Amino acid sequence: MAESLSKGAQPHPKLPHPRPLSPHLQVYKPQLTSITSILHRFSGIALSAGVLYLLCWLLAVAGGAEAFDRLQEFNGSLIGRLLLLGWSVAFFYHLLNGIRHLAWDAGFGFDLPTAYKSGYAVLIGTAILTIAAWVIGYFQMGAF
Amino acid sequence: MSGPENSLRSRLGRARGLGSAHEGVHHWWAQRMSALALIPLSLWLVASLVCNAGADYAVVSAWLSGPFTLGAIGLTILITVYHAVLGLQVVVEDYIHGQPTKLILLILLPMGGVALVVAAIVSLLVIAFAG
Repeated sequence: MAESLSKGAQPHPKLPHPRPLSPHLQVYKPQLTSITSILHRFSGIALSAGVLYLLCWLLAVAGGAEAFDRLQEFNGSLIGRLLLLGWSVAFFYHLLNGIRHLAWDAGFGFDLPTAYKSGYAVLIGTAILTIAAWVIGYFQMGAF
Repeated sequence: MSGPENSLRSRLGRARGLGSAHEGVHHWWAQRMSALALIPLSLWLVASLVCNAGADYAVVSAWLSGPFTLGAIGLTILITVYHAVLGLQVVVEDYIHGQPTKLILLILLPMGGVALVVAAIVSLLVIAFAG
């Protein structure tokens, strides 16, 4: 106990006046609730980049058949598919976890057992919706 | 005890319920309302994009030219960008500590958001009326 306290109280080397710092992220064990929270931010940042890509796609359609075909070719490449996979995971996660946040804000499900259950539901739901979207997408392209 | 009768805050200030930034819960509320609107709108957009997977230029531009699609995509992009600017603003405020960088990002974020929405709407109009 004393050891961990003194470890957390080390002065920050970069600060001009070495003052003790309170224990921060590194002393906490990761939990489902904290991980789903930070993933909500990460997925939100990723989706902001996704909106930029959606704009590129609209610009390509506005640019005509040739520009559109070039963008669709990139979408079909390995990097393109990985980007679209990442954005679809981020989208379904942010959507489901966002609904979880809205429920909390409205006063529902904020107790710990329910927060854990809804956290697992968000992760499982993200996997199911992402797989469903890709199966339907490949079906549309005549892969089956 | 620090009951309301002992507070340093004026009665008017307490009644208004505004914080030190004088904006109250506006930012928080705007984030939630845009989130609520985006549940159906973003689901519709992503479902439509999935259903158009592999479609050629003629099919996609015809789909985007319809008045319903035009309006719905315009609305979805507008609210998405608004929601994203609000969210990224909080991320910048929380994690960027250097004063010039933070200020520049907070200035550029809403400007970039508006530029993105204008570019999207112009693209949609070009697709619908010049295609």
